[in-house]
Amino acid sequence: MDSLPLSTGLLALFRSLLTRELAVAIRSPGQWLNPILFFIIVITLFPLGVGPGPNTLSIIAPGIIWVSALLSVMLSLQSLFYDDLHNGSLEQFVLSAQPLSVVVLAKVFAWWILGGLPLLLVSPLLAILMHLPASAIPVLVLSLLLGTLTLILVGAIGAALTATVGNGGGILMSLLVLPLTVPVLIFGSGAVQAAALQMPAGGHLSLLVALLALALSLAPVATAAALRVAVSAS
Amino acid sequence: MFKWIHRFGSSPFVYRTANWLAPVFGIGAAVCILVGLYLGLVVAPADYEQGDSYRIIFVHVPSAWMSMFVYMVMATSSAVFLIWRMKLADIVAWASAPIGASFTLIALLTGAFWGKPMWGTYWIWDARLTSELLLLFIYLGYMALRSSIEQPQTAARAAAILAVVGVVNIPIIHFSVEWWNTLHQPATITKLDKPSMHISMLRPLLLMVAGFQLLYFHQLMVRVKTGILQREARTAWVAELVADNRV
Repeated sequence: MDSLPLSTGLLALFRSLLTRELAVAIRSPGQWLNPILFFIIVITLFPLGVGPGPNTLSIIAPGIIWVSALLSVMLSLQSLFYDDLHNGSLEQFVLSAQPLSVVVLAKVFAWWILGGLPLLLVSPLLAILMHLPASAIPVLVLSLLLGTLTLILVGAIGAALTATVGNGGGILMSLLVLPLTVPVLIFGSGAVQAAALQMPAGGHLSLLVALLALALSLAPVATAAALRVAVSAS
Repeated sequence: MFKWIHRFGSSPFVYRTANWLAPVFGIGAAVCILVGLYLGLVVAPADYEQGDSYRIIFVHVPSAWMSMFVYMVMATSSAVFLIWRMKLADIVAWASAPIGASFTLIALLTGAFWGKPMWGTYWIWDARLTSELLLLFIYLGYMALRSSIEQPQTAARAAAILAVVGVVNIPIIHFSVEWWNTLHQPATITKLDKPSMHISMLRPLLLMVAGFQLLYFHQLMVRVKTGILQREARTAWVAELVADNRV
């Protein structure tokens, strides 16, 4: 951080924050490894609970993969601002001359690289385990790419709102955010379902892009407002 | 021109106004609901298709309507609170949340009782039912967030942000769920169309809607009074009220 010039452009700020977040995360692998393990384990529970019939599994596969991705993103997100709030760096971000929403965007993007990208990478494997038709796998990966980014952007609002809540903040955050993530779930699993039935998935995917565009422009502002509240409280 | 608005920053003034308005709204609500129930349950004829079971519409539709109206009031006053830091706006949002959640719950329950004879099942994953259920979750999340932050100022601001985020999301949720699955009968009353309902049924329905609206305002006034007393418990004017036994 000491190589940073006194006045930085937004892009430089974004880049330096991204490297910082990634450096911090790589040194504590549990932070990004556990959500992926959770994702894989939850999905393997379903054949055990529902029964191993390939026909049933291939019908419920899109929904199950999507719901598991949603849950694993939400569970990991609670700690998004926790450390920064408690070691004081969040206060410095709020006080800095740079817009707080850019800081939020950098953190969200770093979090997506750690918590969203691995989900995409393992999802083809899980699709095969769940007997999802191979033709639907590209759409699954694409829908997760668009969807997880939106989920993390929306989830960041909840993480910021509950940053000051100590015990039980994780459950509370899920309570706040899960109803708001319903559209992403509908269009994400809808795209995969359409692809599995050999139908065009373009409509669902375009709506996912629309949701992403909306979240990208509005969510960082709301998150920044919530972070200001959290900082002024602590 | 806007001088009058500053009077709403004064808690004793708001308390006195609410104290005066609460019984007015209460009496209005009682009259509208009683007359509406009489016209709806006794005077209005049975439906040629749904028989007598359609009569639950006189509770179902007004409460579903109010569940959304109250959220709009909550979100608007939350935005006012965030922008102008007006204490009263926060009290209104705080007071509205449980009332709105109750209307949502009533709409869901009466819908379930109506669904059993009409659709043969208490619950189906229909678009309107689902978005009403999600609205209930959003209300509950708002109340959960409010109650789990101890500092009142922080809780107020965090909850206000959540309410505003929710109001941006509700239409998106509504339309995505609608696309996902719909079976519900289309809205009976829309502004632009001629209502698909006979006047003898429409009249009690509109009366019930007005009654529920007034009932909300009555409840709101009562809760605003409580909210003001809680927040101002240490002030002299509240002590005076308590001493005179006028609370």
